[in-house]
Amino acid sequence: MHQVHVSTKINGDEIEYLCETDETLLDVLRDKLGLTGAKEGCGSGDCGACSVMLDGRLVCSCLVLGAEAQDREVETIEGMADGENLHPLQSKFLEHAALQCGICTPGVLIATKALLEKNPDPTETEVRYWLAGNLCRCTGYDKIIRAVMDTAADMRGA
Amino acid sequence: MLDKPNKPEKQKFNVVGTSPLRPDGVDKVTGRARFGADMVAPGMLVGKILRSPHAHARIRSIDVSKAEALSGVKAVVTKDDFNADAEDQDVLYNIMAREKALYDGHAVAAVAAISQSVARRALALIEVDYEVLPHVTDVDEAMKPDAPVLHDHIFTEGVEPKPTKPSNIAQRYEFGHGDVEEGFSEADVIVERNFKTAATHQGYIEPHACLANIANDGSGELWCCTQGHYMVRNTCASLLGIDVSRLRVTASEIGGGFGGKTTVFIEPVAAALSRKAGRPVKVVMSRNEVFRASGPTSSTSSRIKIGAKKDGTITAAESELNYQGGAFAGAPADLGAMCSFACYVLKNVRTIGYDVVTNRPKQAAYRAPGAPMAAFSVESVVEELAGKIGMDPIEFRIKNAAREGEKSSYGPKFRQVGLVETLEEAKAHPHYSAPLGPNQGRGVSCGFWFNFGGQTSTSLSINIDGTVALAVGTPDIGGSRASMCLMAAEELGIGYEQVRAIIADTSSLGYNDVTDGSRVTFASGKATIMAARDSIGKLCERAAKMWDISPDAVVWEEGHAKPAGANAGEFEPLSLAEIAASAESTGGPIAGHHEVNASGAGTSFATHIVDSEVDPETGRVQVTRYTVIQDAGKAVHPAYVEGQFQGGAAQGIGWAINEEYIYGEDGRLQNAGFLDYRIPVASDLPMIDTKIVEVPNLGHPYGVRGVGETSIVPPLAAIANSVSAAAGVRLTELPMSPPRVLKAIDENK
Amino acid sequence: MRYEAPESVTAAVALLAGEAGTARVLAGGTDLLVQLRAGFVEPDLIVDLKRIEALHEIVEEDGGYRIGAVVSGAELEEHAGVSAMWPGVVEAVNLIGSTQVQGRATMVGNLCNASPAADAVPAMVAASATVRISGPNGRRRDADVGDIATGPGKTSLENGEIVESVFLPAKPKHSGDAYLRFIPRTEMDIAVVGAGVSLTLDDDGICTDARVTLGAVAVKVLLVEEAAAALIGTKVDAAALEKLAAAASAAAKPIDDKRGTKEFRKKISGVMARRAAQIALKRAGG
Repeated sequence: MHQVHVSTKINGDEIEYLCETDETLLDVLRDKLGLTGAKEGCGSGDCGACSVMLDGRLVCSCLVLGAEAQDREVETIEGMADGENLHPLQSKFLEHAALQCGICTPGVLIATKALLEKNPDPTETEVRYWLAGNLCRCTGYDKIIRAVMDTAADMRGA
Repeated sequence: MLDKPNKPEKQKFNVVGTSPLRPDGVDKVTGRARFGADMVAPGMLVGKILRSPHAHARIRSIDVSKAEALSGVKAVVTKDDFNADAEDQDVLYNIMAREKALYDGHAVAAVAAISQSVARRALALIEVDYEVLPHVTDVDEAMKPDAPVLHDHIFTEGVEPKPTKPSNIAQRYEFGHGDVEEGFSEADVIVERNFKTAATHQGYIEPHACLANIANDGSGELWCCTQGHYMVRNTCASLLGIDVSRLRVTASEIGGGFGGKTTVFIEPVAAALSRKAGRPVKVVMSRNEVFRASGPTSSTSSRIKIGAKKDGTITAAESELNYQGGAFAGAPADLGAMCSFACYVLKNVRTIGYDVVTNRPKQAAYRAPGAPMAAFSVESVVEELAGKIGMDPIEFRIKNAAREGEKSSYGPKFRQVGLVETLEEAKAHPHYSAPLGPNQGRGVSCGFWFNFGGQTSTSLSINIDGTVALAVGTPDIGGSRASMCLMAAEELGIGYEQVRAIIADTSSLGYNDVTDGSRVTFASGKATIMAARDSIGKLCERAAKMWDISPDAVVWEEGHAKPAGANAGEFEPLSLAEIAASAESTGGPIAGHHEVNASGAGTSFATHIVDSEVDPETGRVQVTRYTVIQDAGKAVHPAYVEGQFQGGAAQGIGWAINEEYIYGEDGRLQNAGFLDYRIPVASDLPMIDTKIVEVPNLGHPYGVRGVGETSIVPPLAAIANSVSAAAGVRLTELPMSPPRVLKAIDENK
Repeated sequence: MRYEAPESVTAAVALLAGEAGTARVLAGGTDLLVQLRAGFVEPDLIVDLKRIEALHEIVEEDGGYRIGAVVSGAELEEHAGVSAMWPGVVEAVNLIGSTQVQGRATMVGNLCNASPAADAVPAMVAASATVRISGPNGRRRDADVGDIATGPGKTSLENGEIVESVFLPAKPKHSGDAYLRFIPRTEMDIAVVGAGVSLTLDDDGICTDARVTLGAVAVKVLLVEEAAAALIGTKVDAAALEKLAAAASAAAKPIDDKRGTKEFRKKISGVMARRAAQIALKRAGG
């Protein structure tokens, strides 16, 4: 079995791991590193539950090989809060009851954080299209969209 | 104390009716919450399941010797590793094929190995000798006399005389009253139509996952995402042939269920692998497996006939509903038949349902199982009939609406119900009178669901600092822990923040039925309130002891024990925290419990208003505005009630427009993934407005009805009515996908 | 399976040419990883091109743009020059998958995956795009985009060859391009029909040149000359657009599948081509 040695940075920490060549970054995060916040909903890039940032780009970690992370920077949901302080998006999602079962929530939060960093003043339509790759089956998206719009407004005001 | 009179309409609440943050919230926004696939155990193996590629095939033999010989394989199981005498033979057969494979995706064997790749290779080494048989996947085809028959033991139940030949029709149901023929003869206008709906999937984002850890003596633990861990325990014990007491099941956080996690699929397989390997085994379904081998809905065909007088009175109504429920009996044809005309008071009504088996995965519950398809066809005809007699569709519905004291089409008399209230709200809602744009149409529909009660056991412990630990046994699929905390806090007269709820494992509480039937806020809520009252009784006893007076002379008000009156003596009220602090010296721990098979569930009704826009050149449908109006009884946590309304509507939109199980000529599922099984994405939907109506359910101390399921009943028809209005032609088949809509438009030209 | 991430095109080509078993090229990976996971492909070697710096570049060339093989959809969208010159191509690339997929997916990957429903391909063919191919022994050649895919999952690339860049030529003045696809949802679907149009007007608004393409209605992208001919010499008025639509519908040779019927796809081919032409016309200043 070919194992690849990878040195990378995850949530700011220098990390090394060995992975099989066919293992995805999601497999590595969940099974090797115990970072189970990213979820596997489909394994084919259709649901967004495994969303992470890779060198500042929003990606599905199920569509990245673990071996590809060499010298890259990965950010996951586990790195979103600053210690005991939640990110404003995390707080607003709770306030707006923008989650029911919560399985899509880590991916949605990572994706919306990426959106607001790129576009601090998105329209409702822009939010909806940005999040089209993050399936949520519980909420009908309504409260998610409201939470994102409200966070954006707050962060602009801050 | 337990006989406190219920007058919910006069109740004033302190915390019930507010929307505080959920107790599991922080875990869920930080990635800490542990779902089905997130658990590990030392020495854990990977379990994988081999599935039939054939829709219908006799299994001549299975040779697992090569797989067993592969290095790293620790166990291989087939049907022979389960208890052949298990009580539920259909469940046994569904989790592992026996003499035949009955659908594409039917489990045939399973392996446990040291890694994913070894497990994958081992599956490829299992040799199954299949004799492919003719198959049938369509409901109408399956009902034909010459259809391939799945089971030799199915002779249609519910018909006289009993058939002598086996068939795919497992059961015929009939409900109703009056004389339908006479009723139709009194009608001025009759509309009769046929309808079809495709099978859909609940589409929970979390695939089924289970970690089993069974010791060689058959005792052990399961960790899994399920709507009912007690059900998992009892079923697995039966299928493995072990005592219930030997299994402890813990429900993980659950990433959506909607009814699809009310039965077992991989759990007994993981347990059998673990028992055989003597090591923990984790089985996680792929998305492909979820679609092929969990429990989607029935597909249906139906015929509806309704007659009315010119003044809008319905004189007779008849429905015939055929439910294809996959490879085993049990499609919700009975529930569909019962729900079909439940919204209306009818002098003459007959509903017939057929439960039909086909070569598809066995259907499972999906939010108000059976009801949405029935409502789709009935409410389409209702809307058309209203149009034909020139009456506003809401007025027409109000005129015939279910009301307190009237006999329902399925038998019982309605108690206090809120259908008319939702219709009146709809009529007055700005959405109903808003102008429409070009190519847009508006539709309305009502919907009904029974709501369940059921077996529930709850425990509530008073902690030393005056906080409360609440243990319930119904998995939280949509925020129910918050609702339980609210109800406990309300009853105890303390703050919401002082109560924390957990979902206890199967060894910690008495049996709890599955989280289904919109029963949790009602039944677990009722049990929670009763457990709180039980603990209040004990708190009062402790106060009496501290004051040295009779317990009868103590009352509980606003979170304090107080002397009942002047005769009881003069004492400063004792807070819950003060009594808790003295518990050790007044008799030890203070806790309340309640066990019940809860009755008194309140039926609920909803009315939805939908605007759709149809592209006349492509047949593409866009829902542009959506309003849900539903009777919640009492909304304990209004934000989550709204969430249930919105979620049901969104799933209904998917069902109506794009979602469908597509089978090929070969009987194989062609769209077993989120790419081509098209659930709504964020950009597909508008905001979904909600209006909570509160007509209290007298069967619950606070007036609670269930809210989770009724919300998916009206959308199919409401959207069909809006699309039909926009397209200028009646759509009778779901999903209303672009090719189907365009064809209808073109044929209507 | 071996994983290699060479740092030059030469090294990548050498690895591919030297592999005795099956080899696959990894660009964005948004198709390849899905195929690996589903067991559709079991390569012995994967060659990841993303460590080759040169393939990340977008450079101006002869008034047009050369776009490296591993430039992602998101990077392409952020490039103001390409977006201004060939908005139809950029939009087509950006329609592929989700925001997440855009962070990885590349137009060259979309081309070499050789799906008949690839969104980027009809737009690139309408834009007369070419590709530069590197092969063993330092061999380099250019080819029309339309000649790369030959059928579902099949390309004309020879053993050891990789596509290193796409070239979008300079756009004549008064020109516009557009790509539209039909999908049941608003996002996340595979095209049921795709239509690309590129057209050029003279100073009087008469169409002098046009290219009309269709995707997802044949084994590979179709360049529909009859549809283009319907526009040339006209002001792209309603009558010309109707002729174009009829020609597009007639040219489509679709199959029935889970995503649409033959009849539906033929009809929609005309509708999409007409609507794309209207957008292209507007962009051309017509």
